[in-house]
Amino acid sequence: MPLPDHLTLEIVTPASSVVSEQVDEVQIPGAEGSFGVLPGHTPLLATLQVGELWYRKGQDTSYAAVSFGFAEVLPDRVTILVQIAEAADQIDVTRAQTAGKRAKDRLARPTQDMDVERARLAMLKSVVRLRVASRTRTRG
Amino acid sequence: MPSLLDLRRRIRAVKSTQQITKAMKAVAASRLRKAQDQILGARPFANQMQRVLSGLASHVDTSSHPLLREQTADAPKRPTLLVVVTADKGLCGSFNTNIIKQAGEVITESGGHDVSLGLVGRKGRDFFGKRGFDVRFELVNIFNQLKYSHAQAIARAAIEAFTGSEVDSVQLVYNEFKSVLQQRVVVDQVLPIARLDTPSVDVELSADYLYEPDPAVIFDTLIPRHVEIQFYHALLESAAAEHAARLMSMDSATRNATEMIEDLTLYMNKVRQATITREIIEVVSGAGTL
Repeated sequence: MPLPDHLTLEIVTPASSVVSEQVDEVQIPGAEGSFGVLPGHTPLLATLQVGELWYRKGQDTSYAAVSFGFAEVLPDRVTILVQIAEAADQIDVTRAQTAGKRAKDRLARPTQDMDVERARLAMLKSVVRLRVASRTRTRG
Repeated sequence: MPSLLDLRRRIRAVKSTQQITKAMKAVAASRLRKAQDQILGARPFANQMQRVLSGLASHVDTSSHPLLREQTADAPKRPTLLVVVTADKGLCGSFNTNIIKQAGEVITESGGHDVSLGLVGRKGRDFFGKRGFDVRFELVNIFNQLKYSHAQAIARAAIEAFTGSEVDSVQLVYNEFKSVLQQRVVVDQVLPIARLDTPSVDVELSADYLYEPDPAVIFDTLIPRHVEIQFYHALLESAAAEHAARLMSMDSATRNATEMIEDLTLYMNKVRQATITREIIEVVSGAGTL
């Protein structure tokens, strides 16, 4: 069987379909480490962690922040089901900054009944969002 | 006989009511469109999820999973958790009444053992909250800005109650959006998950997947998601159905108001004419006596 030339990338959230494009390469933040996918990849099902995802189409690379979900990889298509997915230019930088600051404050002064895991995740999300957002700005 | 002034006042009152119902109709129509878009937007996610889950189900021993476990017959009876989805606002025909009636029937049917309630929407909360039921959680004022996180909150509460062996099953009552003209009250069992449709076509295809981490772990993380999606779907359906119901009832209210204005105007004209005639008669008979 000849290898396919492209991957059809679909990023779907409960609210809408965020990305639906033909791409050449995808990098996915898997729960057990980030991995890259090229056309012709073995079928794979992986859970994701909060992280940065990018996909390349010719020379153009686009970034997106994703969290909690899973990816289904087939030789010619990648489907990513996540709870949150934001393309780099959609990210609200100020909101991410305030959320990060809040989480940091909470982590710095832990109280008895605090949900540490939740604060840690909020922190992580903020960091990832800011990193992804900075990608567009430095390139633009 | 009412005076002309009274009649004019009434016509004015009906007119201003009509303006309100007209505006509400327009708002409901635009909200309905938005709600329908949301349902369409949620569909691909739900479909993909269902597909992947079914694929996984054929790989994993699903019978042991806590969310799929059926209650054995000899175990002591525990209550059912009934999640009732109503609207936050009224003025939408029989929308809320139907739901509350159906929920009441479910409660009476289960008769012997108690029912815990999860109330979504202000109308349901107001009705059941006052009647001394065991209310496990309530969620009001969410339909203005319906988000996935609301469904997550409900799912979390339901799963907690179920895995904590506090309830035997979780059922969901909501209005399904069939069309603009029609809503249907649906009672669904959410937990234990009755069955996962095993795929008919791509069993061979999914057989050679690599899994990372292994299938059982993925399955465990996906099952709660599946429950969330079911709740999310119900909330979206209910929101769309609510707007459709309001659209219809406001439409008929506007039409009734038009009819009423016509009737009142006719009556008012008759009264006016009668008054004029009477005055003329008075003048004429007054002139006759002179």
